[in-house]
Amino acid sequence: MRKGFSVRHQPGFTAIAIACFALLYLPVVTLVVYAFNSAPSVAAWGGFSLHWFEVALTNSDVIDASVRSFQIATVAATLATVFATMAALATTRTRRYRGQTFIYAFINQPLMVPEIVTAVALLIIVAQLKAVTGYSGLGYLIAAHTAFCIPFAYLPIRARLENMDLSLERAAADLYAKPLYTFRRVTLPLLWPGILGAFMLAFVLSLDDVVITEFVKSGGQDTLPTYMLGQIRRGITPEMNAISTAFLLLSVVIVTLFFVVSRKCT
Amino acid sequence: MTSANDLTTKLEAVDARRRWLLASPALLTIFLAAIGPLFIVLAYSFLTPGDYGDVKWQFSPDAWIGVFFERDIFDDTLSLATAHVDIFWRSVKLALITTVATLFFGFPTAYFMATRNERSRDLWQFLITIPFWTNLLIRTLAILQIIRNEGILNTALIKLGMIQEPIQILFTDTAILIGMVYVYLPLMVLPIYASLERLDFRLVEAGYDLYATRWRVLRKIILPLAKPGIIAGSILVFIPAIGAFVSPSVLGGGKNMMFSNLIELQFGQGRNWPLGSALSITVMIIVMAALLVYVRNNSAKDERHA
Repeated sequence: MRKGFSVRHQPGFTAIAIACFALLYLPVVTLVVYAFNSAPSVAAWGGFSLHWFEVALTNSDVIDASVRSFQIATVAATLATVFATMAALATTRTRRYRGQTFIYAFINQPLMVPEIVTAVALLIIVAQLKAVTGYSGLGYLIAAHTAFCIPFAYLPIRARLENMDLSLERAAADLYAKPLYTFRRVTLPLLWPGILGAFMLAFVLSLDDVVITEFVKSGGQDTLPTYMLGQIRRGITPEMNAISTAFLLLSVVIVTLFFVVSRKCT
Repeated sequence: MTSANDLTTKLEAVDARRRWLLASPALLTIFLAAIGPLFIVLAYSFLTPGDYGDVKWQFSPDAWIGVFFERDIFDDTLSLATAHVDIFWRSVKLALITTVATLFFGFPTAYFMATRNERSRDLWQFLITIPFWTNLLIRTLAILQIIRNEGILNTALIKLGMIQEPIQILFTDTAILIGMVYVYLPLMVLPIYASLERLDFRLVEAGYDLYATRWRVLRKIILPLAKPGIIAGSILVFIPAIGAFVSPSVLGGGKNMMFSNLIELQFGQGRNWPLGSALSITVMIIVMAALLVYVRNNSAKDERHA
């Protein structure tokens, strides 16, 4: 065989891959750099400044929207993770039972529907419910977010459960541990990294959502992404870059945490 | 013996019931806030529009006729709604090109990642996961600032003397396309990477031992083995792309509408909820058709292998 011949090499692949990574990061890096621009437009560079962060932080609309985003994401991600954990426990580590495939398909169904369709469907039903009950709080948004987060939270937990050794739980049962005790002291600690990962994924998805929130929200219920969409449609200022930069930082922190957690469990 | 069997059956039934109960909160939430409402959309598509939005509970096929046809206000004749057909065509076309383009760029990227050594693999995986977890709106905003007339792309091209006037990319179909390829690329890379990561390179080596060329090895060994990932990636990109809302709203301007903008219009200024509902069901049907083709193809292949 020729010297230096690698079975793994494919011509041009490395170049495309490097270009892809560069192009994935270049626009975001540019966006972040221009957040520190002192000029009043994103077109020209006017020197380093934290001015636009100050503007964003003193904008009460931005603060309100951020707080709302966090409230919704916290509640929705918690509910979605709890429900998904229960569902994952119900659909793994058993002989096939009637309806198992159905449950699986049902839970994954939201992944198969374009978001705009779900959004419109929820818009209609929420309009009806508002008229009937008179309630127009954040509950609708929380329910909607919980629903679309469940399939994403379900998958990592299910994957972890399927790779888990049953023998430890059997051993606990052999030693006369009650089922609930076994669950609390054996299953749950083993499952913990999966649950934490699922929670983080659900939290980020809820925080990022634009389309469903845009259609379901009532007046004055802007989350940070829908507020930003409204602003961007009107024309952009470096303030958007500043908000985006803060948002990006948060995402990177959460992804890093996610990686650390999943590293720990392997 | 029979009583033992009975007991087993009974225990299994109890177990199954417990499992259904355990899954019920998830199932109920998804039914109430994701699946159930879809049936209401279907119902709404057969009703009459209300004067201020919403509907009158009166059967009418007009919404479905309105998806494809326009009624002339003077002589009541129907003609093809060219504006709608344009939008359908743009949505399908852009979603397909996005899928192909992300595959073209995503496959080599995933292959590159899968052929690194264990340690740096983690780093590359981390680097592709960050954009995946990053807000889609922010990434679209980032692309907008690159391709706008005063953005760094046009500025750089002018400085290099390649063009005199900035190229108008923003508010065109190309802008939507660039934006969608950019935001959906990680969705293509991750599943392909997952299938390539487990690739047994002894098979590739065997190919070369039998005097296969690089291209032949790629086509006959690597691509078939990566197929589940490629299909999963294509579905993950096509479904959100055909219903894309953020990319056309931000990059397409008001004129270059896709499905979702047309739907939004019906629920907003258009005040024609039944038409909006019928359009939503149309998107669903396209997605279902695409999924069906995929399932059909897959099961046919499996039978041949068996």
